[in-house]
Amino acid sequence: MEFGENQRPWRVKPELPFLLFLIVVLIGYVGMLVLMVGANVLTVSWEDIGNVLRDADIQRSIKLTIVTCTATAILSVLVAVPLAYLLSRYQFRGRAFIDTILDIPILLPPLIVGLSLLILFNRVSPSTCCWMMAGGLCFAACVGFFWKNKGSDCSMIPRALLFIGGVFAVGALLMRGSGSVEEVTSGLGLPMTFHPLGIVLAQFPVAAAFAVRTMRTTFDQISPRYEEVAMTLGCHRGQAFTRVVLPLAGKGVVAAGTMAWARSLGEFGPVLIFAGATRGRTEVLATSVFLEINIGNLPGAAAISLLMILLAVVILMLVRFFVGKGGAI
Amino acid sequence: MLEVKGLTVGVGEFLLSDFSLSIDDGECVALMGPSGCGKTTLMEAVCGLRSGGVLSGTILLGGVDITDLPPGARMIGLVPQDVALFPTLTVREQLEFGPKLHRWDRDEMRDRVEGLASELGLTGLMDRLPKGLSGGEARRVALGRALALRPRLLCLDEALTGLDEARHDEVLQVIREMIDREGVTALHVTHSRKEADAIADRVVVME
Repeated sequence: MEFGENQRPWRVKPELPFLLFLIVVLIGYVGMLVLMVGANVLTVSWEDIGNVLRDADIQRSIKLTIVTCTATAILSVLVAVPLAYLLSRYQFRGRAFIDTILDIPILLPPLIVGLSLLILFNRVSPSTCCWMMAGGLCFAACVGFFWKNKGSDCSMIPRALLFIGGVFAVGALLMRGSGSVEEVTSGLGLPMTFHPLGIVLAQFPVAAAFAVRTMRTTFDQISPRYEEVAMTLGCHRGQAFTRVVLPLAGKGVVAAGTMAWARSLGEFGPVLIFAGATRGRTEVLATSVFLEINIGNLPGAAAISLLMILLAVVILMLVRFFVGKGGAI
Repeated sequence: MLEVKGLTVGVGEFLLSDFSLSIDDGECVALMGPSGCGKTTLMEAVCGLRSGGVLSGTILLGGVDITDLPPGARMIGLVPQDVALFPTLTVREQLEFGPKLHRWDRDEMRDRVEGLASELGLTGLMDRLPKGLSGGEARRVALGRALALRPRLLCLDEALTGLDEARHDEVLQVIREMIDREGVTALHVTHSRKEADAIADRVVVME
């Protein structure tokens, strides 16, 4: 090949070193995960697994784990879908602040989530909770009133916040001297602290935060143009959401539910602090592992860990199977 | 008749300032202008999709002030640039979407949808999902969906972008025929002078 006066040959370095780097990172990380599971498998015999599966406490723990994780996942999706839609579609002042608040459960040490719940339910009165909510909402409404966005179509939001704040203020007045939040929920037949229901509540903040993130990504990927066209055809926002957006977000909803379920399965700190680890009562698989380690039964703990891994894998595969067949996107 | 009087719309940093336009009943107007001059913003404001951004001015359709009406009450059909067919609905469901929402009589809705499908050449495609349609077919479905409710105004926002020349001319002809047949007033946003001359009774250029 001949080159012109000012031309030089183009040289490209071989891509093998970069490819090797990628492979080393892959082997490093995946290898670590495989070794972790492998170590569990090597510690456990078939007899240990049989013993664990025959243990009545562990059987109750498995049932309670499945029930609480499912309840938490459903609750998380019910909260995540509207919240993520609000954050994805509406522009308003303070959205970044709310975004940050939603990430707090993910960033906080799990023990603090449990401790905060314990304090909220046992040291604070419902009246105080209502006053705090009313104050926060009124402040947000004031910000909305005096700091409007140009081109925003959310003029009704500050008024709605003010109204809900007012409802909380009335609630605060009505609930004066009603004891702690736990006393009120127990009075309604819904005891939380150190009760099975508390497990769901302890799993919920972190699981819901992950579900919100997943749904937010889903809604961000759906073009708002669909809703706009639906609205020109006669839909109001709610109809456009239920008739057009929600069917499109089917896979995202399943993914958010799975994420919340899997997250709840591994939740330990908040459950331990808020719901306790009472054998046969508030024991879920994560606490079973802890209890087995406490009594020095390492093979038993490893067997339960394997059971949890198996449960998570089965759920993930089931979801992938069904989503792969029925999803819209 | 569409009358836009002194309309000022703000969207983020962009400001469409003091814009006026008048379109007679049954007239098709092509709106042209350089990118970023506010053609789509104007169309969205007319359709009611930027209601919070309308800072001043009025929009009258058939003598009725629609400036503050919600999009669904304006009787405007929209064909957006990206077509935006609902991915989970079949062609039949797309065409029935508006009439079902407005609780049309079942027979009336069937007649209207079958009629539109026949005129738009969609009869054999009624059970298909959007992912099974070609670009030209998708445009025709979007046109049928926008016309199903017999709107007073049809808004076409660069609806032919992305089609090859043969499909482009074919769909352009279908649009013109449907506008004439339905007797609907139309506002067509385009970048192409040739397209504007082919479809419109009048061309308006935004600065």
